[in-house]
Order: sequence, then C-alpha cells, then structure tokens
Amino acid sequence: MASKTINITLKIWRQKNANAKGSMETYKLDNVSTDSSFLEMLDQLNEQLINERQEPIAFDHDCREGICGMCSLYINGEAHGPDRAVTTCQLHMRKFKDGETIYIEPWRAKAFPVIKDLVVDRSAFDRIQQAGGFVSVNTSGRTMDANAIPIAKVDADKAFEAATCIGCGACVATCKNSSAMLFVSAKVSQMALLPQGKVEATQRVLNMVKQMDEEGFGNCTNTGACEVECPKEISLENIARMNREYMKASLKS
Amino acid sequence: MKLDSKIPEGHISQKWTDYKDHLKLVAPNNRPKIDIIVVGTGLAGASAAASLGEMGYNVKAFCFQDSPRRAHSIAAQGGINAAKNYQNDGDSIFRLFYDTIKGGDYRAREANVHRLAEVSGNIIDQCVAQGVPFAREYGGLLDNRSFGGTQVQRTFYAAGQTGQQLLLGAYSALSRQIGLGRVKMYNRHEMLDIVKVDGKARGIIARNLVTGELERHSAHAVIIASGGYGNVYFLSTNAMGSNVTAAWKVHKKGAFFANPCYVQIHPTCIPVHGTNQSKLTLMSESLRNSGRIWVPKKKEDAEAIRAGKLKPTQIAEEDRDYYLERRYPAFGNLVPRDVASRAAKERCDAGYGIEANDTNEGVYLDFSSEIKAKGKQAAYAAGDHNPSEAKIIELGKKWVESKYGNLFQMYEKITDENPYETPMKIYPAVHYTMGGVWVDYNLQSTIPGCFVAGEANFSDHGANRLGASALMQGLADGYFVLPYTVSDYLANEIRTGSIPTDLPEFVEAENSVKSLIDKFLNNNGTKSVDHFHKRLGLIMWNKVGMGRSEQSLTEAISEIAALREEFYKDVFVPGDANEMNPELEKALRVADFMELGQLMAKDGLQRKESCGGHFREEYQDAEGETLRDDENFKFVGAWEYKGEDINQSELHKEALNYEFIKIAARNYK
Repeated sequence: MASKTINITLKIWRQKNANAKGSMETYKLDNVSTDSSFLEMLDQLNEQLINERQEPIAFDHDCREGICGMCSLYINGEAHGPDRAVTTCQLHMRKFKDGETIYIEPWRAKAFPVIKDLVVDRSAFDRIQQAGGFVSVNTSGRTMDANAIPIAKVDADKAFEAATCIGCGACVATCKNSSAMLFVSAKVSQMALLPQGKVEATQRVLNMVKQMDEEGFGNCTNTGACEVECPKEISLENIARMNREYMKASLKS
Repeated sequence: MKLDSKIPEGHISQKWTDYKDHLKLVAPNNRPKIDIIVVGTGLAGASAAASLGEMGYNVKAFCFQDSPRRAHSIAAQGGINAAKNYQNDGDSIFRLFYDTIKGGDYRAREANVHRLAEVSGNIIDQCVAQGVPFAREYGGLLDNRSFGGTQVQRTFYAAGQTGQQLLLGAYSALSRQIGLGRVKMYNRHEMLDIVKVDGKARGIIARNLVTGELERHSAHAVIIASGGYGNVYFLSTNAMGSNVTAAWKVHKKGAFFANPCYVQIHPTCIPVHGTNQSKLTLMSESLRNSGRIWVPKKKEDAEAIRAGKLKPTQIAEEDRDYYLERRYPAFGNLVPRDVASRAAKERCDAGYGIEANDTNEGVYLDFSSEIKAKGKQAAYAAGDHNPSEAKIIELGKKWVESKYGNLFQMYEKITDENPYETPMKIYPAVHYTMGGVWVDYNLQSTIPGCFVAGEANFSDHGANRLGASALMQGLADGYFVLPYTVSDYLANEIRTGSIPTDLPEFVEAENSVKSLIDKFLNNNGTKSVDHFHKRLGLIMWNKVGMGRSEQSLTEAISEIAALREEFYKDVFVPGDANEMNPELEKALRVADFMELGQLMAKDGLQRKESCGGHFREEYQDAEGETLRDDENFKFVGAWEYKGEDINQSELHKEALNYEFIKIAARNYK
C-alpha cells in the first residue's frame, strides 16, 4: 500500500435536530492518509473539531466492513460516493485528489427525515419488513428436514443475490422519485424464488407494497439509478419480478 | 455464594431432553401478563425475542443501532456448524460435541456443549424454513465446507455472508412479531443499567439515543444478548458500536463475570495500516479451505519484500515456508484459530513478517495452488482434458470468485491489491470473546431473572471458539434454549402483576445513570474519548494480547488504573444530554471498558497456565505449544464485583468435570 496524504476541503450538511434549519458548512482537513476509509477521514475531522471545542459531526456507521447497512452519506452527489459496489465505509480516500472539495449530505427523501447532521431515520424500511417480509413459520425447530425440498441452484443463487440487500437506503436516496422499489423487490424476490416463500406470496407482495406507499416513498419510473448506486449490486430484475408478483396477486385477490 | 451450574443428571445424550420435559410451563392465557426485556438484537437476541413473542409473552426488545437488522452478527462471514452429516463423512452429534470441547481446550462445560450439538440440526431446518438462502449444490441440496479444528465438512454457508443471511432470517421472525404487536421494538436505545427489586432483575434504564431521554422499562425477566467485548482493544473486527456496557452493568449489580481473559485473536485479518485506523477487517476462516499460509524461508527475502524490492510471486516454491503445514501436518492450514494466530506471531517475531507497517506484522494467504487445482478440475468437468495454463487460471479464478467473491472484493477495496493475482496479506486481530457473564445450564446469571445469551455469556466455547460455532450458539440460545428455561423461571411470576417503574429502585438507578452523564458533560477536560480508548487498546494489545506474562499483566492492571484516573479527569465530551450525542455514548462505553480491561488482566494473572486463546509465555513446551494445567486450572473462573478497586473482586471457581470425553493434550499434529 503506497500511503500518502492529501489535504481536502469539506462542505458538510449540519442540522442540529429534526426541526432545526440546516446548512452546508465548510471545513479544512489536512494530512488525510489515502489508505484511510472515508469514515476514518470523518473520525479525523471530528477529532479536530473536538480539539477546537466544536461539536463533532453526527453520522451513522457501525460495522465498517460494508455489511450492516448503517452508514449512508451522499458524497459529491452520489449515494456512497464515487466508487461502485461499496458502502461509504468501504470507500477509501485514495479515490480523492489532493486539494479536492468534497460535498457530504444526508440521504434526502421524505420517508427518511433527518435526525441530526448526516443521520436520517430509516425506520420506514423496518415497517415494510414487518408488513410481510417473512415466512410465517414458528421457531420451534420442528419443521421438515432442511434437505427435504431440493431447490434448483439457479433459484437458490438468485434468491441469495436478492437477499444480500443491506437495507442502507441508497436506492431511495439516489432515485429522483425517492422510490423504495429496489429494496422492497429484493425481499419479495428472495421469498418468491424459494418454495418456502411461495405459500404467502400473494399476501406478502400486497402488504409490503401497501406499506411502502403509506410511508411516502415515490413510484418507480425505470430510471435504473438505484441499481447503479446499490452497494450490493441488487439487480433491477427484482423490480420486474415484484411487478409480476404484484400483478398476479392483484388478479387473485 | 456457591456457584450452582444446575447441570442435570443422566447420560449426556439424554440430559437436555429429560430436563426439558420436566421444566415448568406458563399457560398461554398467562403469557400476555408477563413482560420480558431483551437487550440486543443479534442472532441470540432477535431469535429469543421472536420466539418469546410467538409464545405470547409481552416482549420489549432494544438495540442501539437504527434497526435490529444491523446487529454485528450480520458481519459473520464463513458459516454455521451443524451435525447433519449430509456429506456422509462420519459426522455426528457426538463428534461436533467432541470437536467443540477439544477446540475449547477442555475449558467448556460438557452438558452445555452437548446440548448445542443436539440442536444444531434444528437450526438449519429452522433457517431453511424461514427462507434463508444457504449455498446449494447442483442437485439442489445444501452444500457444506470445512472449518478449522475439524476433519469433517459440517459448515453450512451463504457465500461469505452467512451471518447476514442468518440474522436477516431471525430479523424476519422478529419483524413478524413486531408487526403482530407481540414485540415492541426500541431502536436507537442503549441499556445503561439493570434494575433489581428484591434481588430479582425487574427492569432496565435505557437512554433514547435520539432524544437523550432516560427511560425506565420494567419486566419479569431481562435477557442480555449484547454481544462480546472485543472493542476493549479499540482495534478489533467488532463493529464500532459493539460494547460491554449492558453485560458490565449486570456484573456490577451482582452477576458474576466468567473467564474474561479468554479472547479469540483471529488469524486471518487485514493487517494494521496506520494510526487513524478505526477497525480491523476479517477475512473469513473459510478462506483457509483454499488458501495456503506462508512466509519466506529466508529472512533476507522477507526484508526485501518489506522494502518493496521483491514481490511475493517472485519467491520460488522451495523458498516459501508453509509453516502451518510444516508444524501441523494432520490439520495443516485448518488448525484452530488460536494455534494459527500464535504460529503467525512466532514467525513475525522471528523476523519473517512481510508487511511494511510499524511492526512488520503480516503473513501471506495464497490462493495460487487452489486456483490451479480448481481450474484444472473445471476444465476436465467441461470435457477439456488438455487445457492451456491460461485456461486453467481463468477457470480457477472463476471458481474462487463463486466461493469467496465478496471477500476478495472487500480485500481489494481496503488494500488496493488484487488477491486473485497476488497473495493476501493477513495478520491476527481481536475477533471474539469466549468469556462473558457467568450463566448456569438455564443461561441464567447469578441475578435471578437475568438471563444472558450468545457471545455475552461464557458458556460454550471454553478457552477457544471453533470457527462457525458462534452463529450456532447464538441461534441455539435464542430459538431453542431460552424459550424453555425462561418459561420455567416465569412460571413463578404469573401472580406478580405488572411491575411499576416508580419504585425507589428505578429512581435510584436512573439517578446514578444521570449523574454519570452529567459528570462527563461537565468534565471540561482536554482530550477526546477516542484518545483514551486508543491508549487503553494499546495497553490491552501489548500486555493482555496474544502473549501474556506475569509481568505484562501486572503492568496492565496498574497502567489501566492510571489511565482510568486520567480519563475521568481529562476527558472532554461535547454536546448536551438531551440530544443525539455520539461522543457521550462512546464515553459511557469506554468507562466500562476501562474496568473490564483490568478484570481481564487480573483473570489472566490468576490463570497460571496456557489454554486456548490464553497464552501465558511462562507456560509453553519446547516447541512453543500451550501447556495446560488440568490439575490446578480445570475450572471456570467467575468473578464477583466488589467495588471500584479491582483488587477486591473475588474469584469463584466452578469445577469442570469431564465424564464423557477423555481429557487429553490438544494435538493437531
């Protein structure tokens, strides 16, 4: 790893709380190692702010290895920044140039209200899951043997790919309509592709879509930006599959 | 107080079945009158909350993250063990039990581990029924792979994201109960104290991390499933928020803390790169199925590599030291984690490390042999019996990508090197903590009504956890143990009625939390919380890390005491109590890590033997292998809190009896 350091200017959204009016603030940060992750750069800025007796910037993060889905950030106009197939915590400063100005904003969507600075409320996603993102099987362990129903590898693999969604909300933040279709369709697809999920498929898709609409997410107009920015590269095919599932379910019910 | 592990009588294979059949039940009509608090929503917490909610209890679940789906179980990569014997390679419940006890260096309870092995198969059945997309073979059946410390293939997996898929399965079961109104979920809430009334656990004080408000929640039982304490080292593979606070508060209120010195240092993590680094990233143990670990045989080659004058691919086969294959031919690269970690440290200490960081600490994990072998197989399978070298490499890379694609991508993003072309650089890092709150066979702590599950308890992994066993334990505790044992406890609570939160015990607990918060916010020191956390981490890594000695542990205790004093004097926590304040959250967690760090060193000091992850440099044989002392240390060390002075903490010993496994020296040669 050829390590070097860069000096950068940051323009960051600051907002005291949900009701306060926010604004973009400017910060200078020197000696940022290009081996640092983007969030380590923010740690460094916060350390600097604390040493200057200023309030550090609030941002969501946890696992820092791209799997928990907690980190967010709209960086230079892109969800999770300029790199592809990564979350913000996996973005590294080697993607930026010395002297560059970097703009950092929170996810912007009606259904994701700002809590503070760069932190937003994504509990709408939880409520969509609660509306139907499950198989109604009790946790007795007394189900059938795991190998009782063979599942074609191609279906299992597709279900897995859909299931790798980390629920970060980049799809919503990226979409000009703030649509949650990629997120919802990933869960609908995972279940629809597996025999275990087929029994409740009709109710599931209707309930999840209903909840999605009630949360204030917009509609899908097939722009495809969500797929480009998705850190897990969830495919648009899932939206097509959900539309088919929804159509089938609407005709049945 | 005498420790009673409550291990039932009878043959090992019948204990759990017989015991379970005689536990008390709570009738369905009484369950909605009973409140249960679950702290943490990882595999153990989410599965417990879902199961208890399903049964009809009134469950309140808490997590500090913005959603229960983000708990750190999500980051587990490699897999989950189960004694299904689908691969027909001689596996059985007994073998899984045996491997786990041996892997734990004969420092775990037989009865608990056997129960874990018994329910392991149910876990896989349950997860498949929930729609967890495990990896499958072309015939449509479930695939398995090998993990360290075993000679069978019993690990179920979903690429390198097994923890994610299992947690999302448990999260889906939990979400279902939340949707049905049987579980009330508190996201962005952190437990800051437990409340005891008449000696029993009756509730918690939690801080709403959005508003800063302190809340009182009461219940008839409290389940702590808050994970491990690896972040005491600052740098670890844990998530940034992972902390010991819930477990530590319980300890301070009377729950014994067992074996705190047992820490798992995972052999395959990406090496440290700089002082601003915030965490370490694991590269799954499953990679040791396909990767071979080596360092140069010649010191001058290692030096040239560190100086950037030589590339690993330029080192000839005969100049590479595959030290695990050399030292442990029977298990090779798949020795248990503690063994692999120590072996890496031994080579780097001897001057053969290949990473150009401050400490020269790094070894290679090389996939080139596997790429060639699998490429050739794939070519043959496709009918090409005379493939070109280029074709073999191409097909081999494809195979590796299908098995480990996400891990390779993760590695490349962090290091800017392509592991398909050049070997990965890896080094051990703090990963998992086997120690935790002491629990009996019911998973109940020494506080009645306070149960502890998953990594937060100490019970199943002895002195070293085998790979792919953490996921198994989390789900076993939550789905298949707690629903029975908690009900047994609650059978005596059906007449209690709901517990008011205006009792003096709640007021007192809330006030003590409040005064600590006020203390930090008014402290007006000069240094950040991270400043102190990093210094604590360095003490822990250097003196309570992979190698420990009487001297290093003694020094650690006094150095931490001094650091702790400085922390309270000089820490600066900006912001207010009544708002989202991440610095305050960190300060409260680091305060507990300071106390825990001392107890870890103290526990390491009393354990004058080497076992599993606990390596006392004074106790090793001529070949550098651990020297266990079964005569004097075949016990669980459970500590009772006796106030701020760590020297007052009192050690209680629970003797470990091996009735069904013959205790022996652990040999992977």
